[in-house]
Amino acid sequence: MISVKNLNKSFNGNSVLNDISVTFETGKTNLIIGRSGSGKTVLLKSIVGLHTIDSGEIWYEDTLFNKLDFKNKKEIRSEIGMLFQGSALFDSLTVEQNVRFPLDMFTDKSPAEKNERVDFCLNRVNIINANKLFPSELSGGMKKRVAIARAISLNPKYLFCDEPNSGLDPITAILIDELIKELTEEYSMTTIVNTHDMNSVMEIGEKIIFISDGVKYWEGNKNEILISDCETLNDFVFANALAKKLRSKEK
Amino acid sequence: MIKFLTQIGLYFLLLKKVFSKPEKPSVYYRQTMREFVYLGLYSIGIIAIISFFMGAVITLQTAYNTENPIYPTYLIGLGCRDSIILEFSSTVAALILAGKVGSNIASEIGTMRVTEQIDALEIMGVNSASYLILPKIIATLLFNPVLTLISIIVGIFGGWMAGTLSGVITSENFIYGIQYAFIPYYITYSMIKTVCFAFIITSVSAFQGYYVDGGSLEVGRASTKAVVFSSVLILLFNVILTQLLLS
Repeated sequence: MISVKNLNKSFNGNSVLNDISVTFETGKTNLIIGRSGSGKTVLLKSIVGLHTIDSGEIWYEDTLFNKLDFKNKKEIRSEIGMLFQGSALFDSLTVEQNVRFPLDMFTDKSPAEKNERVDFCLNRVNIINANKLFPSELSGGMKKRVAIARAISLNPKYLFCDEPNSGLDPITAILIDELIKELTEEYSMTTIVNTHDMNSVMEIGEKIIFISDGVKYWEGNKNEILISDCETLNDFVFANALAKKLRSKEK
Repeated sequence: MIKFLTQIGLYFLLLKKVFSKPEKPSVYYRQTMREFVYLGLYSIGIIAIISFFMGAVITLQTAYNTENPIYPTYLIGLGCRDSIILEFSSTVAALILAGKVGSNIASEIGTMRVTEQIDALEIMGVNSASYLILPKIIATLLFNPVLTLISIIVGIFGGWMAGTLSGVITSENFIYGIQYAFIPYYITYSMIKTVCFAFIITSVSAFQGYYVDGGSLEVGRASTKAVVFSSVLILLFNVILTQLLLS
């Protein structure tokens, strides 16, 4: 479980996150939704410690993460897997080397054990016969899946995904969403996903928080989101023409 | 002025991160071997070509400026040798490497920054500065002296070829000249300069790349800055080291 309490973050005096408090539950796919520029990525990066927060608390179980030094943060980070918006695979390494990288860096497993783990992770995300390819030779969807394989290679307790299906076609996007949900349940991870894709929300949104202009407006699940009376949320949820039509029909 | 001091401070803070204890020495060793190839071996070609022609030009220019019969012709060989050892193979070759290796380092690390690869390393708990920069520093500190030696040998060979083929000096006189009044300390001086310049090129270029903020445009700017700042520092330290080591 990850808890965020009264988190504030600003850049050069401009407030980006304002008094955010939320609890992300274990074994569930927790979604942070909002428009582009609403502060989703800053919130995610603040939670993992890539941004230093101005005030507030970030708890990983019973550990106050934002007060830890680099060495102690490292212990928590070894339990974190993260999928970046652009995949962030290492260009100079092959698919196989990318997935093996965390194992080389943080385990004392034998080469055979590492290879076995790499193959398992790649199979789990349905990457077959691509071990020797470089990231530049992969499609967008494959890159995301390899990045997920790298993120889960150390069996993380926490999985963070920053817009996992941005730039993907709807079918591949659903596959990625389903994969994230399956892995969350399989390994009982605390998963936090940043997205502004309503398909993802309806597909995997077990717990959802909505932020706009750095303020948390709403919290609930995928069933509650359609009947919310939060106007800012409704403007976001029913922004596209199809959703608007469906809603007016329902009314 | 404050911005300049901030940059200096950031540079030394980065060096502190770079020289902290490696997480996994075996991984760093592999990475260092890779850098030997990319930053060292792949630079041999350009260094050899430039050294050959510079040696040739130094010989021809020395010959045309010492046409007076009171100067023995073997001085052409001596002039070529000392120019190459004292200045060309350490300083001019370092300026060339600042262009090739420096821009390579800044753009590689800068691209990793803007594509969140450095963030990915940090998330895993890897000291990204140390992992990315330390192997490059070790590789250039160890390999650049080899490049300097190659440059000296090829440069003198180029001088001999140009001198003998153009007929300004006989082969015997050139060889006598390059052996005449040889001071071994000049090689030590050249190596000390090479090692200092290698550190400047790698650390300054890595610093420019590591703190890139933005997109591809900024990566390009960082690459240019890396070459400019490394070159200026090389020239500055050339004066300082010459005063310290030869005065």
